[in-house]
Amino acid sequence: MLKGHLTLRQGRFLLDAGPFEIDTRGVTVLFGRSGSGKSTLLRAITGLDRHARGQLEFHGERWQDGAWQLPTQRRDIGFVFQDAALFPHLSVRGNLDYALRRAPLSPIPPGGGGAGGEGGRRALPFDLVTLAARVGIADKLDRDVLSLSGGERQRVAIARALLSRPRLLCMDEPLSALDWRAKAELLRLIDELAREVGVPILYITHAPIEVERLADRVVFMADGRIEHIETLREALARPDSPLFDEEGPVSVLEGETGATDEDGLTPFGNDRVRLRLTGGCARGSRATRLRILARDVSLSLDDPARISILNHLPVTVERIDPEHEGRVTVACRLADGQLLLAEITAYSLRRLGLHAGAAAYALIKSVVLMD
Amino acid sequence: MIELFGIGVSLQPLWLTLKVAALTTLILLLLGTPLAWWLARMQSSFKIVLEALVALPLVLPPTVLGFYLLIALNPDGPLTQALRLFGFEGQLTFSLTGLVIGSVFYSLPFAVQPLMHAFEALPTRLLDAAATLRAGVLDRFFTVVLPLARRGFLVAMTLTFAHTVGEFGVVLMVGGNIPDATRMVSIAIFDHVESLEYAEAHLLSGMMLVFSVVVLTLVYGLNRRFAVKVG
Repeated sequence: MLKGHLTLRQGRFLLDAGPFEIDTRGVTVLFGRSGSGKSTLLRAITGLDRHARGQLEFHGERWQDGAWQLPTQRRDIGFVFQDAALFPHLSVRGNLDYALRRAPLSPIPPGGGGAGGEGGRRALPFDLVTLAARVGIADKLDRDVLSLSGGERQRVAIARALLSRPRLLCMDEPLSALDWRAKAELLRLIDELAREVGVPILYITHAPIEVERLADRVVFMADGRIEHIETLREALARPDSPLFDEEGPVSVLEGETGATDEDGLTPFGNDRVRLRLTGGCARGSRATRLRILARDVSLSLDDPARISILNHLPVTVERIDPEHEGRVTVACRLADGQLLLAEITAYSLRRLGLHAGAAAYALIKSVVLMD
Repeated sequence: MIELFGIGVSLQPLWLTLKVAALTTLILLLLGTPLAWWLARMQSSFKIVLEALVALPLVLPPTVLGFYLLIALNPDGPLTQALRLFGFEGQLTFSLTGLVIGSVFYSLPFAVQPLMHAFEALPTRLLDAAATLRAGVLDRFFTVVLPLARRGFLVAMTLTFAHTVGEFGVVLMVGGNIPDATRMVSIAIFDHVESLEYAEAHLLSGMMLVFSVVVLTLVYGLNRRFAVKVG
């Protein structure tokens, strides 16, 4: 639990965040455009900016009180910088060792820093070599960090941050300097590590797809202020969600990927909602989230049989958002309670006579497995 | 007095010079590092004034600096009197202490400027990264700043040492020219030339020339080995 009220002036920019209370379990994403104050807030939270003022508490431990700050090195945080910030005078192993040598030796005993659970320090399931292998840099330990690619540098940075056994891992746009392939691979790595290591993560991004992939919780920022703190589910249920600015409304379905069947299709979902996916990426995937653009979802009053679209799901219309340029977004409830957004024309809405509570079928044209 | 190539010459000024230069380098390393760090990280416009003050010995005639130091350090002056309260005996001027104090002021920019530039070139996020890895202030200094700024340190030490060895005006004003006490090598050479003892002047000058070439070669060699890529 991160709780407080922070202000920080940088020239003409003023960060005025709070009072806020963030449940830090899992992955919390700070989302906003460039200049919205995400990085500034993170620097204030981590104590990297000496000019921060206000109050800050992490699991009851005082980090900031007025102008007084607990120095960064005593805050139990890890940090992955946008450009990795590896030490150029040390090898890959040297960088990892730097973290390991300064890490606390034993877990904090219960009661000595948030009893057990969330606030307590978990034993890291990795030693240096195992962790290096886990993040994919086992063969690069003796390399000069400057000879690494951007993606490799971020892998080293992630391993280095984890080896210092933080109670809160901060990541400031760790993927922004990478090409799409490295981005996809690292996104998967971060997603998996977040679950395996269980360390709470504060993650900054301005890319909605990273939010939809990783977030349990989203902190929306604009003009130096925190606008909303809500779960990903809440953030996606709101018609004016900033996550929709780029590609229009989006739904994220959670579920599990099954084994590919004889038709070459891979099932996804749960016992009440079932989709079938095509494509090689679905095969053998362990993805748990599916991304569906509202404009790829059509609505029908009955279940069409003679149609090429594969996935038809029975839904109940929950809410119809106001018309915008002749189109409306219809929020539909699936059988398992998850929300699916469909974007249809206002004309079709009237023609089908859809209203809140109406039953319909959602036809899903395309999905993206977040893997 | 020793005899070299049949010329009798006192090597005392040479040893004194090396001693003063070594002490000055050491003191400026200790004082110059925090000063350079502070200046490098300073964001207020007052920085310009401080930078100008540090650079002052570069443009001020050494005799002017020496004159003011002579006034400030004189035995009846407040500084010496204050030191007497703490049991200090002797005097600040015309002594080794005076020579070192004078040299510290005179060589200040040669220590501070290279260090300041090295510190300014140091990416702040590397220090931030070290702090997030639980490194405290001194830890960060020795494990990040020092290795990455070592070229700056090397240049600062070399310039300070070499500049102190070569000084004339300040040491003449503050130290006087007391044989076997405050006579530095540059003054000794001057004295020999004044007395038309060219052989002695040649000998001391030649030794200084060889010494300087050797030192500079060593430094350039080290500098190459110390090359640090920051990417």
